[in-house]
Amino acid sequence: MKTAEEIFNLLKAKFGDSIIELKSDKPIDLFILVNPLEVDKICLYLREEKDLQFDSLMNLSGVDDANGEKVKDEKGLETIQGGTLSVYYHLESTSLKHKLTLKVSTSREKPEVVTVTESWKSADWHEREAYDMYGIIFINHPDLRRILMPYDWEFGYPLRKDYKNPEFYQGMKVPY
Amino acid sequence: MGLLDQEFTEGNIVIAKTEDLFNWARLSSLWQVGFGLACCAIEMMATSASHYDFDRFGVIPRPSPRQSDVIIISGTVTLKMAIRVKRLYEQMPDPKYVISMGSCANCGGPYWEHGYHVLKGVDRVIPVDVYVPGCPPRPEALLEGLLKLQEKIRNESIVKKSA
Repeated sequence: MKTAEEIFNLLKAKFGDSIIELKSDKPIDLFILVNPLEVDKICLYLREEKDLQFDSLMNLSGVDDANGEKVKDEKGLETIQGGTLSVYYHLESTSLKHKLTLKVSTSREKPEVVTVTESWKSADWHEREAYDMYGIIFINHPDLRRILMPYDWEFGYPLRKDYKNPEFYQGMKVPY
Repeated sequence: MGLLDQEFTEGNIVIAKTEDLFNWARLSSLWQVGFGLACCAIEMMATSASHYDFDRFGVIPRPSPRQSDVIIISGTVTLKMAIRVKRLYEQMPDPKYVISMGSCANCGGPYWEHGYHVLKGVDRVIPVDVYVPGCPPRPEALLEGLLKLQEKIRNESIVKKSA
C-alpha cells in the first residue's frame, strides 16, 4: 500500500516535468496533476510497476472548469473563451488496496488528451463519453465517436457550461 | 358487450351492426408492441404479469409492430429514440392506437427544462390516444388508461376514426 505522496515522489523521479503537482484541496482526496500528452505513459507505468499495480480504472470523467472569460456575442449569447477542460482518472489497485486520483487539464480551444485505452480497456467508452459531452479529443483512441448523443448531433457538446440547445433536431422541436 | 349480448337469444343468430362488431373485435384483443423505454416499462411489465394480468383484457405483447394494434410509449423518449419510435409506429398496420404512459412520454416529465436530449412529449412525433399520468403510473393507472382506450374504440365509426 502506498500513499498519494509516495506515489507522487515515485512518478516525479521517473517522469520529471510531466508530473506537475500534488494538490490537496481539502476536503477532497489528494490528486496529482499531470501533462495531458504524457498521461498514457504515466498510466502504463502505474499499471505495470509492481509496487503500484493500478489494475482498475474505476472512473474517468470530463469536467468543464469554466475558468475562461465570459464573452457575449452580438446576439447576446454568452460563450466562454480560454480556460481549461479537465479529465479526472480514479484508479484503484485491487491487489494492493490503494487508490489514486489523476487530473489533466487541457485548453478549451484545442482540448487534446492522449488515450489510456492501452492501459485499461474500460477507458474506451469512458473516453467516448467525455468526448461526447465535452468535446475532449483523445489522441490515438481506437474508435472516437459519440456514444450517447445521436451520431449526427451537430449542436456541440451538451455538458459544456456555455452549451446552447438547438430549437429543432430533425424536424422535432426541442425546447419545452 | 352491451349491444351484442342482447342478441344472444334463440337460434344461434346474432344481429349487430358491422360497426359494433368491428369495434368489439378490435377493443377485445389489443395486441401491444413488445417494446419498453424506461422505468415505466417495468411497471408495464408488472401489468402484464400474473398479478395484474393484462391478458384478461386481451392485451398481449406482440414482438412485431406489423402484427400489433397498440403501442404503449412507456418511458422517456430521447431525441435519438424518437426517430425509432416514429418508425415503429409507421410499421404498425391500421387501425393503430397509442397510449402515452407516464410524465416523460406525456410532456418530458422531470426533463422538461434541462433535458437537452429529451423529446418533450411523444405527441410531437406520433398522435396519442390516451395519456396516462404518473411517474411511473401504477399498474392500476395503466389499466384505467387501457379501459379509456377501449371506450374510445367502442364508440368509433367506420366513417370516421375517433380514437
